[in-house]
Amino acid sequence: MTIEPGRSAATDAGPNEAELERRLTQTWSSQRGFWGAVASVDHKVIARRYIVTALVFLALGGLLALAMRIQLARPEARFIDADRYNQIFTMHGSNMMFLFAVPVMEAMAVYLVPLMVGTRNIAFPRLNAFSYWIFLAGGLLLWISFALDTAPDVGWFAYAPLSGPEYGAGKRADIWAQMITFTELSALAIAVEIVVTVLKQRAPGMSLDRIPLLVWSMLVMASLVIMAMPAIMFASSTLIMDRLVGTQFYNPAEGGDALLWQHLFWFFGHPEVYIIFLPAVGMVSTILPTFVRRPIFGYLPLVMALIATGVLAFGLWVHHMFVVGLPRLGESFFTASSMAIAIPAGIQIFCWLATLWAGRPVFKVPLLFLIGFIVTFVIGGLTGVMVASVPFDSQVHDTYFVVAHFHYVLIGGAVFPLIAAIYYWFPKMTGRMMSERLGRWAFWLIFIGFHVTFFPMHILGLQGMPRRIYTYQPDLPWGTLNLFVSLSSVVLSLGFLIFFIDIIRSWSSGRPAGENPWNASTLEWATGSPPPPYNFRAIPVVDTRDPLWSQPDELPVTSGLRSDRRELLISSVVEALPEARESSPQDSVWPFWAAIATSIMLIWSIFSPWAIVWGSVPIAVTLIGWFWPKGAAEDES
Amino acid sequence: MKAARAALPISMLLSGCGGIQSALDPQGHSAILLRDLILVIVAICSLVWLAVMIVLVWALLRRRDREPGDGQGSDRGMRIWVSGAVAATVLIISGLTIGSFYTTRGLNGAKNPDVTIRVRAQQWWWQFIYEDTDPARNFQTANELHIPVGKEVRVRLESVDVIHSFWVPSLAGKLDLIPGRENVLTFRAERSGVYRGQCAEFCGLQHSHMAFFIIAESEESYRQWAGAQRQSGAEPVEAETSAGKAVFAARQCAACHTIRGTAAAGTTGPDLTHIGSRRTIAAGLLENTRGSLAAWIADPQTLKPGNNMPIVPLSSDELRQLSAYMESLK
Repeated sequence: MTIEPGRSAATDAGPNEAELERRLTQTWSSQRGFWGAVASVDHKVIARRYIVTALVFLALGGLLALAMRIQLARPEARFIDADRYNQIFTMHGSNMMFLFAVPVMEAMAVYLVPLMVGTRNIAFPRLNAFSYWIFLAGGLLLWISFALDTAPDVGWFAYAPLSGPEYGAGKRADIWAQMITFTELSALAIAVEIVVTVLKQRAPGMSLDRIPLLVWSMLVMASLVIMAMPAIMFASSTLIMDRLVGTQFYNPAEGGDALLWQHLFWFFGHPEVYIIFLPAVGMVSTILPTFVRRPIFGYLPLVMALIATGVLAFGLWVHHMFVVGLPRLGESFFTASSMAIAIPAGIQIFCWLATLWAGRPVFKVPLLFLIGFIVTFVIGGLTGVMVASVPFDSQVHDTYFVVAHFHYVLIGGAVFPLIAAIYYWFPKMTGRMMSERLGRWAFWLIFIGFHVTFFPMHILGLQGMPRRIYTYQPDLPWGTLNLFVSLSSVVLSLGFLIFFIDIIRSWSSGRPAGENPWNASTLEWATGSPPPPYNFRAIPVVDTRDPLWSQPDELPVTSGLRSDRRELLISSVVEALPEARESSPQDSVWPFWAAIATSIMLIWSIFSPWAIVWGSVPIAVTLIGWFWPKGAAEDES
Repeated sequence: MKAARAALPISMLLSGCGGIQSALDPQGHSAILLRDLILVIVAICSLVWLAVMIVLVWALLRRRDREPGDGQGSDRGMRIWVSGAVAATVLIISGLTIGSFYTTRGLNGAKNPDVTIRVRAQQWWWQFIYEDTDPARNFQTANELHIPVGKEVRVRLESVDVIHSFWVPSLAGKLDLIPGRENVLTFRAERSGVYRGQCAEFCGLQHSHMAFFIIAESEESYRQWAGAQRQSGAEPVEAETSAGKAVFAARQCAACHTIRGTAAAGTTGPDLTHIGSRRTIAAGLLENTRGSLAAWIADPQTLKPGNNMPIVPLSSDELRQLSAYMESLK
């Protein structure tokens, strides 16, 4: 990181465009072939992998949900036995939260944030590669254990003491706990990369008040990850220790405490919801202006709402514990704080409505999903207000009412925007458009299928149907509605099937997209689709919030970065004034080997505490390989 | 509650949501308060949703005569509308917070309950211990709780193993049973009847089959019932039931079960002293008949896989005698 005046280095200032592109491609491309792909540290390559893997987990998790719906369609059905059912609902929850929702949102950040802030790669790109392999290993661990009929069966929340050594037999709860460790490790790695990328790598002129709202939301999300994930890593590690080496963190008979687990879990678990939801609202705020042909209304209140949600997220965890027998004062505090989260949520909804009102809507598929999001999420938010009331919650807690509520929030509030985002950014990622026709089919099937599947669950819950039951008796009045819900889930699945078919089809044979097919305003649309390995031929300079709208014909750029080595422009935190040139690491296979070594240690530690000792030796070896200076210019600086 | 009347149309919409385990068909003091609160909040939230939807549809479909964003005028107007909507949000959620606070206050039971019952939840059944000032008058039942109607009932909630949750929606909201802690719930049945409760916190393999019944009856019937429960197990009078008693004593049964008045004093499983008087067996799984008793004893693992009762090999005669004896323990 030095400015080298007077020396003639190859920079992006000199040569003509074609020559510059050739040089940059040579510098930033990964090697061909299998090992070239494994070694790649290109944020776009890794993000694409992440997204595809997460979508595969989404499809698998959906199949689990269908299996549960078949079982629950009739009372006393024998499609799945109790043991399998408990594994399936545990898998469904853990898979959707840890292997789909959080990773897919982070992966969207890994893809989009560097492009949207106008830089050439994410910060810590090797850590990024490591993070993907760790995530993949965690996912494989969970799904292989399911295939072997030893999947966790204690719920995605794994309450002690059911998950403890006395009641959780076999290695099932250990597998759950280590899967957590895997996914949290990968999530933390990405969070750090995003924070640094957003704060230090923005294009010159992109001061804090000009950052696209998606980037703001990802910044807040990453901060939440950094603060919330340590709680769950502590929880899962102490659970493993209780199970493996006889500590007594959660055993009340030995001075431990069963409720400690719930506090730790939900101190993470509630921010987790916002870790999933905030990126989604960032997507909404970024996509919406494109389809109403005007800038977002209320940029500042929207940013404030993101930050306020992030802060409040840490004051709500006890509302998952309203029926454990809390002191009255605590109940009142957490009721008030849980209700208060409706204020930033309301601000965002009202700003989106105002944007819609003032704009000229173009009803393309992404906008359809955004409208579906508003319709659905408002219901989820309002049922959230309902369960924030302690007395209300005492009747619906752990019933299908809550199942309905959080699917409204997570599918309506996060998956709808995610699908909108995939339709919206698919052309950028692949260079091809997705189909408007299939997209409309997918939207209507998913939207209607979702509501007919999940709305009746509110009523089932009020009628007294608890969650997590593998069957119910015929004399209870739940049979008809359950059958209806199960049939409706077929409609929902059909919608997702069409969505997946559209992705696969469009990837190979979609209409070519061009640089900016939606005529959008943010920087990622100022480069090729898909973007070249170096993202931007020259780093853009920004002086408004919507750079491609205010200067539709020419985007000012800066020059001076070298084209013969990987260099990034580092800028100041608030004003984004250029500060320095920083080298960006080259490709390396060592993150892959480090991830393998870490995976072996973590999985081995399910069986023996000595794994921590001996398993760390190969990790140390791979890390030495990772950081060994190899004489490349990028290593030297 | 005045607002509850405004919510009447919704309550009519939801009619048919009755049943012996429904928050919408309350038969107890607490549950009625909660139902009213639920209806009011649902009504308010439905209105909010409708308002948002009207604005959404209007925003999408309104005629647009001017170019978008052609002046600060429309932005200023929108700023006022958005601020107003935020202010309304603050008002509504403050109202709901205060409303739920007062509902919680109303749920407080009397200081001196008329009946106190210790509830010990375990995988996957409910032990109900009726404690008296005179320990000799203590007795216990399983999965069936009798209470006097119109009286304050206090349950002291404990767990033997993992976390469970005590929930009888028709009478009161739920409260967890947590190992190492004691929670206390007070409720009052306003009408006599049979109400179903079910464990609401996932507690392992047979969480789905951990139900119980509360029988709210007149004070007089309650006293009669309690008096009968204090008696020792009925002495068999027929040859078949006597033989059943012998089978019970000779086989593993007594290791886990108690029948007061006999040598059987196991404490792992439910007390069977008056099993014949209960409506269901196996935590609400089966109606209590001689046939279902026989089926249960013959193969509990098929009926409720993973429960803690082993299969005890019995001849068909022994099975018949044993179930006859169980049935006779009124």
